[in-house]
Amino acid sequence: MYSFSKNLKIFSLSLMVVGAMALGIGFLSAPTTVEEAKAMVADAHGHGGHGDHDTHADDHTVVHLDQAHHSDRPDDHANHDDKNYEAYAHSDSHDAHGGGHGDSHDKHLLHQLQNRPWAATYVAALFFMMIALGALAFYAIQRAAQAGWSILLFRVMEGITAYLLPGSIIVFVLLILSGLHLNHLFVWMDAEVVAHDEIIQNKQSYLNVPFFLARALFYIVGWNLYRFYSRKFSLAQDNDNGIGYHKKNFRLAAGFLVFYIVTESMMSWDWIMSVDPHWFSTLFGWYVFASMIVTAVTVIAMVTIYLKSKGLLEEVNDSHIHDLGKFMFGFSVFWTYLWFSQFMLIWYSNIPEEVTYFITRIEDYNLLFFGMVVMNFVLPLLILMNSDYKRNNWFIIIAGIIILLGHYLDFYNMIMPATVGDQWSFGLSELGSASLFAGLFIYVVFSALAKAPLKPKGDPLVKESEHFVY
Amino acid sequence: MSSKVIHAVYDDDDVLLHAVKDVKAANHHIEEVFTPFPVHGLDKAMGLTPTRIAIASFMFGCLGLSIAIWLTNYIMIEDWPQNIGGKPSFSYLENVPAFVPVLFEMTIFFAAHLMVITFYLRSRLWPFKKAENPMPSTTDDKFLMEVAVGDSQKKLVSLLKKTGAIEVKVHEKKGES
Repeated sequence: MYSFSKNLKIFSLSLMVVGAMALGIGFLSAPTTVEEAKAMVADAHGHGGHGDHDTHADDHTVVHLDQAHHSDRPDDHANHDDKNYEAYAHSDSHDAHGGGHGDSHDKHLLHQLQNRPWAATYVAALFFMMIALGALAFYAIQRAAQAGWSILLFRVMEGITAYLLPGSIIVFVLLILSGLHLNHLFVWMDAEVVAHDEIIQNKQSYLNVPFFLARALFYIVGWNLYRFYSRKFSLAQDNDNGIGYHKKNFRLAAGFLVFYIVTESMMSWDWIMSVDPHWFSTLFGWYVFASMIVTAVTVIAMVTIYLKSKGLLEEVNDSHIHDLGKFMFGFSVFWTYLWFSQFMLIWYSNIPEEVTYFITRIEDYNLLFFGMVVMNFVLPLLILMNSDYKRNNWFIIIAGIIILLGHYLDFYNMIMPATVGDQWSFGLSELGSASLFAGLFIYVVFSALAKAPLKPKGDPLVKESEHFVY
Repeated sequence: MSSKVIHAVYDDDDVLLHAVKDVKAANHHIEEVFTPFPVHGLDKAMGLTPTRIAIASFMFGCLGLSIAIWLTNYIMIEDWPQNIGGKPSFSYLENVPAFVPVLFEMTIFFAAHLMVITFYLRSRLWPFKKAENPMPSTTDDKFLMEVAVGDSQKKLVSLLKKTGAIEVKVHEKKGES
């Protein structure tokens, strides 16, 4: 039986407090007027901020439908105002916006800067919720497959999925706040933008606030119901001589997986893809799934190794860690496969509505966009390729940290370009929100782990897991 | 020189695996085990040195990747640059996404084929080679363990019988060594 150690509790609480304060400052320091926003940007440029990219505001033009060939575009800064681009580039073409370009650009800048703390919060909230959701999917796969090897890890997975309830509620609240127009994360929620945008108008029957929130509620309730009942049956099986609860969990898991793969896909369109309402990718659901499952397996491995270092879970052997390492390796490659499939088709076809998505990322987010591929593919590939390294706790932890950071950047890259454009950086808002949710995640997960024995002793397959040797 | 070996025949992979462990524990030298299918954990039980084919495979993959890079660069950039879909191929780096599937396939192709060839060479197998199989039914449903006979043949025979062998035979091994 694990008890939530005092040190870890203090650590998680302090992460939350520090994170909340930093995020609070981030929210307070967001500009409220156009003048403030302009002053902030001028200041940042004066200090040579934005280290790695030399192209600034003129990158907005990238998103113009008629400007897809970015190579034709003049790159120097001064040209910007002369050419009078219709630079209100919030998500995509705002070519419908007629006059007052200068004004709309400034207003747009204000919205981007105001979005920053919101977007940072949203990225971190999504990222940690996805870890719990991915762990739930992985758990359901083990249940539905009646896998023998992973039984000893069930309580770890159940602990991680405990974060799903608070995590998904937080995301839902953020979505409601967006629906109330407290921020501009979802540009299609802005009636003024929609009025000038035929593409979004045509999507209104799907992309409208009430239906959007109803769908979100539907997904969240479904996932949490499965989590609630599977945990309940799992605990009940401990004190049961038969295999009734095991069978119930099996059937429940199979049903959940069907529900999950549909809702996960729709969730990724709704919550992530719709921040770029003109852009779409048909494999986006899989792409997000790959990201969440690899982070979930990584967190399962890291929590397991942590508990083992505390002298718990002594029956979990190298072979279990080896198998988790294989999943980390395999899903990293799977993620890259989907990342590249999405990229190459859009790059090759070069259709303006689609290719803007990658042009903004390559121009404004170059280091992050490609650095993330290195962190999520090249490094895990090289670190985890050797069979012996997958049995070594240190290699798993190092690869795990790289994968977690890399997939945080992945979510950052999905949300930020559409919400803050080229005004991104890693400041108090980003670090604070990541710290806040990391603290909350650790607190919830380890409190849940302390609530039940770590070994599901009543599971009919637990013997197989104890003797698991590869 | 000829040496004596004992052939012990089993009809179950689980029994065989335990027998291998028992024979090893009694410090006898197991020369070879013939099985109709790969038995999980047998290599570890026999104490075989781990295979190095994974390293070879990695190197073959790197070789394939290098050749593929050279090939795509030579064909598509140097020798005959074309404008495909509005993407003139004058620079390798700007066109590399189009080549990635080729790079991937060539890496796999080289790793897989060279690994099989390496395995054949290392195991001294070639087409039409006569099988070195002491008992053809080990390709059907029997398992055969070949143990070198040390000083006490009788003890070994009784040990093997105790481990569940359905048949124990002493053989003169001719030829090499």
